[in-house]
Amino acid sequence: MLQILSKEFKSFLNSLIAYVVIGVFLVSIGLLAWVFPDTSILGSGYADMYPLFSFAPFVFIFLVPAITMRSFAEERKSGTMEMLLTKPLSDWDIILGKFLAGFFLVLFALLPTVVYYFSIYSLGNPIGNIDTSGVIGSYIGLILLAAVFCAVGIFASSITPNQIVAFVCAAFMCFIFFMGFDSLASLDFFSANALTVKQLGITYHYDSLSKGLIDSRDVLYFLSVIFLMLSITKLNLSSRQW
Amino acid sequence: MSLQIQHVTKLYDQQKAVDDISFDVQEGEIVGFLGPNGAGKSTTMKMSTCFLPPTSGNVIVAGYNVVDNPMEVKKATGYLPEHNPLYLDLYVHEYLEFIGGLYNLKGKVLKSRVGEMIERCGLTREQNKKIESLSKGYRQRIGLAQALLHDPKVLILDEPTSGLDPNQLIEIRKLIKEVSTNKTVIFSTHIMQEVQALCDRVVVINKGKIVADDSLQNLLQRSNTSVSVVVEFEGNVTTDQLSLLQGVTNVHQIAPGKFSVIADSGIDIRPDLFRFAADKNVSLIGLKQEESSLENIFRDLTVMPTPIENQS
Repeated sequence: MLQILSKEFKSFLNSLIAYVVIGVFLVSIGLLAWVFPDTSILGSGYADMYPLFSFAPFVFIFLVPAITMRSFAEERKSGTMEMLLTKPLSDWDIILGKFLAGFFLVLFALLPTVVYYFSIYSLGNPIGNIDTSGVIGSYIGLILLAAVFCAVGIFASSITPNQIVAFVCAAFMCFIFFMGFDSLASLDFFSANALTVKQLGITYHYDSLSKGLIDSRDVLYFLSVIFLMLSITKLNLSSRQW
Repeated sequence: MSLQIQHVTKLYDQQKAVDDISFDVQEGEIVGFLGPNGAGKSTTMKMSTCFLPPTSGNVIVAGYNVVDNPMEVKKATGYLPEHNPLYLDLYVHEYLEFIGGLYNLKGKVLKSRVGEMIERCGLTREQNKKIESLSKGYRQRIGLAQALLHDPKVLILDEPTSGLDPNQLIEIRKLIKEVSTNKTVIFSTHIMQEVQALCDRVVVINKGKIVADDSLQNLLQRSNTSVSVVVEFEGNVTTDQLSLLQGVTNVHQIAPGKFSVIADSGIDIRPDLFRFAADKNVSLIGLKQEESSLENIFRDLTVMPTPIENQS
């Protein structure tokens, strides 16, 4: 698994993917958080990191599928899948290696935003007037959300040899998970079980974590979606044996 | 016994790609796997490397069944797939180190094995280039290097010499011959000279069935059912005159004065042709007996509708 992980990560760094992803993420989040007057933290009057945590998921909906779309699609298209599957690796080695490589790349993109915390910490009045536990909870939520998106992207990539199809499917599924369930819950049709539908989506759990309250049920939700997605991927990979 | 294929059948939907084939390859043996396109060669190889499961029957590689013990099989085999897929964005030595890592080679052992394979496969000058910048021949060598990297017991090569120039061909054949001493090697090819140069034994497969499994010598002898002689005269000779000669079964004209004469086996027609020329008072300017080549055997075996009974 480690070999796959390091190879995948190296190929992110060897190609432009890593730099483009990190660059685009930081520039767009930086603009939203500090420059654009409508969303800027400086003009908001509150010492919090709201713009980062509310806009990052939307950026991730497009960026994470872009990272993961090639993982299986390209291997299938170029035939290297055959090479990989005839090496002494289990299917889980391959899936987890690719999943973690994408996840670590997103973490790398997220890492520099920690600077925002220290900036706001010193800009607050009085200095240090920031909800630290809320920030930590939000970071945990955002990291888990990125992991879910990675798992969704890996799954989408495994169903098709075409990278564009993989990207579109992944972006759509991320969108449904992030916003779809939440908005569907407000339909009259679901009024009887609105809460259940809401709980299927990411937003409900993400918001709950960002209050700084780390509820094991929320964490469990994220972990189970990741596990579910990777399991379907595994099922899909081993379907060649049927 | 290193590679055993026992009554293996593979179905793709309803189509039988491989139909109840059985053969063994011993240690130290090089077996050529021949057959026309779509005969089931690659499918058989994919089943021997755990990429595809057999629909029925057993494939046993280095003592392990591919269905029950895929990990052990994968560790023991080196495989060069048909189109030689490679990660084009990696450097040559980087790619080989990655493959070595998958076989759990580490540190110094990995470095020395990679260095050795780069040298043996003639990649020394190319080792710091990206794979995407290399030509087909060099890519093929990388494919071979990755298959040999972990010193496997069983080597499965699917068309290892396709796309190589004649010099590279000879080098790669030499390499396969060199490494094969304590290994089991099975390779598929369309090039008959290659079989002649490398193999101890030939397995010919057609439409999913084995049509021949024999040593090269036996195969060559078996096909000697008729002898073809190309003869050239200076003067006026007709097809009819030639077909009157004793033992001649068929004559056809290749060019004015040039004929291909086919006679029954066991009869050497050449002295008769010489006397014929003397009688007719024409000059005999060419007389050549065609050796029955593997290509002809291959054609005989694979064009015939029903398989020959296995004679070995």
